[in-house]
Amino acid sequence: MPLVSFHNVEKTYRSLQGVEYGAVEHFSVEIEAGEFFCLLGPSGCGKTTVLKMLAGFEAPTAGHILMDGRPVQGASRDRGVVFQGDDSLYGWLTAVENVEFGLRMRHVRKADRRERAMHYLELVGLRGQEKKYPAELSGGMKQRIQIARVLANEPKMLLMDEPFAALDAQTRSLMQEELANIWHTTRTTVLFITHDIDEAVTLGKRIGVMRAGPRSQVKGVVEVALNGARSRTDDVFLQYYKQVYEMIRDEVAKAIARAD
Amino acid sequence: MPSKENPTARETNAGGRLFILGPGGAARRLWSVYGGYALGFVSLFLIWQLASLYVVSSVLFPPPTVVFSKGLLLVRNGVLLEHLAASMQRILAGFIAGSLLGIPIGLAMGSFWPVRKLLEPYTEFLRFIPSVAMITVAVIWFGIGEGAKIFLIIYTTIFIVILNTAAGVSAIAPNKIRAAQSLGATRAQIFFHVALPATVPYILTGMRLAMGNSFTTIVAAELIAANDGLGKMLWDGRLFMLVDEIFVSLVTLGLLGFAVDRMFRWSIYTFAGKYSPAT
Repeated sequence: MPLVSFHNVEKTYRSLQGVEYGAVEHFSVEIEAGEFFCLLGPSGCGKTTVLKMLAGFEAPTAGHILMDGRPVQGASRDRGVVFQGDDSLYGWLTAVENVEFGLRMRHVRKADRRERAMHYLELVGLRGQEKKYPAELSGGMKQRIQIARVLANEPKMLLMDEPFAALDAQTRSLMQEELANIWHTTRTTVLFITHDIDEAVTLGKRIGVMRAGPRSQVKGVVEVALNGARSRTDDVFLQYYKQVYEMIRDEVAKAIARAD
Repeated sequence: MPSKENPTARETNAGGRLFILGPGGAARRLWSVYGGYALGFVSLFLIWQLASLYVVSSVLFPPPTVVFSKGLLLVRNGVLLEHLAASMQRILAGFIAGSLLGIPIGLAMGSFWPVRKLLEPYTEFLRFIPSVAMITVAVIWFGIGEGAKIFLIIYTTIFIVILNTAAGVSAIAPNKIRAAQSLGATRAQIFFHVALPATVPYILTGMRLAMGNSFTTIVAAELIAANDGLGKMLWDGRLFMLVDEIFVSLVTLGLLGFAVDRMFRWSIYTFAGKYSPAT
C-alpha cells in the first residue's frame, strides 16, 4: 500500500466575482513510503495546490487524498512542510528555538528538545548559528532552519514547496546536495515541488511531470534509476534530463501561450 | 571630528540586529547616540533666546533663560512637580486601562471575523469623535474629579490600540500559522506562541501613538475642568497673565512628551526589537 495516494482529485477555486478556476482535475498519483517524489511542472500548473491539499491547508473539491489509508483532514504533524519563502520562520525566536518549536508544543522536556534540535541543526550544517535570529541569517541558512525544524518534529513525510527557488544558483546546488545526503541518512518520504528539471533529476527517485494548467494532472512518471551522488555531466543524468525535457516541453509552451 | 551618525539610521540597524559600532570608546558611542539630540536642543533654545531678545522683544514672549529660572523656582517650591504628577497620574491610569482593554479587543477583532463585524461599527464610529469633544459629556457624567479625566484618556487610547492590534493580527503571514499547524500546534498554542508575539510590534506602535493623543487630551481636559495638572497651570497663567508660567508649562509638556516617547522607542527596540514582523 502506498503511503500517500491521490485519487481523481479535483480542486476548483471561485473568485469573488464568481468565476471558477479549475487548478487540478482527475489528479491521481501514488507516493511510496521512503521515496523522494518530485512533482515537476510549468508555472501555474497547480503543483502548489497539490501540496497545500496534502498538507491539509486546503480541502479538495472532489476526489480522495489518503495517507496510510486514511483521508487527509486538516494539517497534522505527520506532514511537515518546508515553504518557499522565509515568512514561515518565527522572527522572535532564535534558530534553535525555531527548530524545537514543534517539540515545545508537545511539551517535550527542555533538555531533551534542545538536544534533538541541536542534532538536526548539526545535520543541516548550522552548528554554531543556533543563537542567531532568522533576520541575522542568509537565505540559504533560513531554509536550513526550516528543514531542521521539520526534521526535528519527525514527521511521516516532508512536503517541500520549491524550497530552493529563491536562492542563488551556487547555494541552491549546495543545498540540493545536502538535502540528497539528508534523505539518504533519514530515508523520510519526501514530496518535492519544483519547476526545475535539473533539480528534479538531481533529487527525485521518481518524477511526476504535470500538464499545463488549468485543470492539470500528471502527464507521466519517470523513474530515475540513479543511486548515490548524481553528477550533472554524467551520460545517464543527461538521458533522464532529456527524457523529462521531452515530456515537459510542450506543456511549458502551452503554459506560456495561455498566459499570453 | 566626531561621528555624525544619523540617530534614525542607528535605530533601524538596532532593529535589524546589525549593530555596527565604529572604533572608539564609550564616549564616542554616547556621542553618536545623543550628540545629535544635544546639538538640536541647544540650537532650539539658542534661536528662541535670540528671537525673544532681538526679534519679538516683548513680555508676552519670554526668553528661555527667564522661563528656566521661573521653572527652577516652581520646582523648588514644589508647584511644578505637583501639577506634573497630577497630569502624569491621569495619563498613566487611563493609558494603562485603555491599553489593557484595547489589546484583547483588538486581538479578538483581528482573529475572528464575526467579532470584527460586530465591533467595527463601535470602533469606526466612536474613533471619529475626538476625545476633546467628549470632555463635555465626561464632565456631565463623571463631574470634574479624576473619573472624567481617566475616562477621556481611556477613550483616546483604546481605539488606536484596538485598530493597531487588529491590523497586526491581520498582517501575520499565513505561512507562520500554517507552519505551526503542521508542526502540531493547537489553536490555543498558535494564538499564544505565534499570533500574539507576531503582533507585539503593532501593539507597541498603537500604544506609542495613544500616548501622544493622551497628552493632547489631558491638557484640554485640565484646561476646562481641573484643580491641578499642567493644563490647569496653563489656564491659571492665562487668567493671571503669568506668561512665564505658561511657558514653563509648555516646555514641561514638550520635554515630558519627548522623554516618554523616547522611553517607548527604547523599549520597542530593546524589549521587543526581536519581535520584528519581517522574519
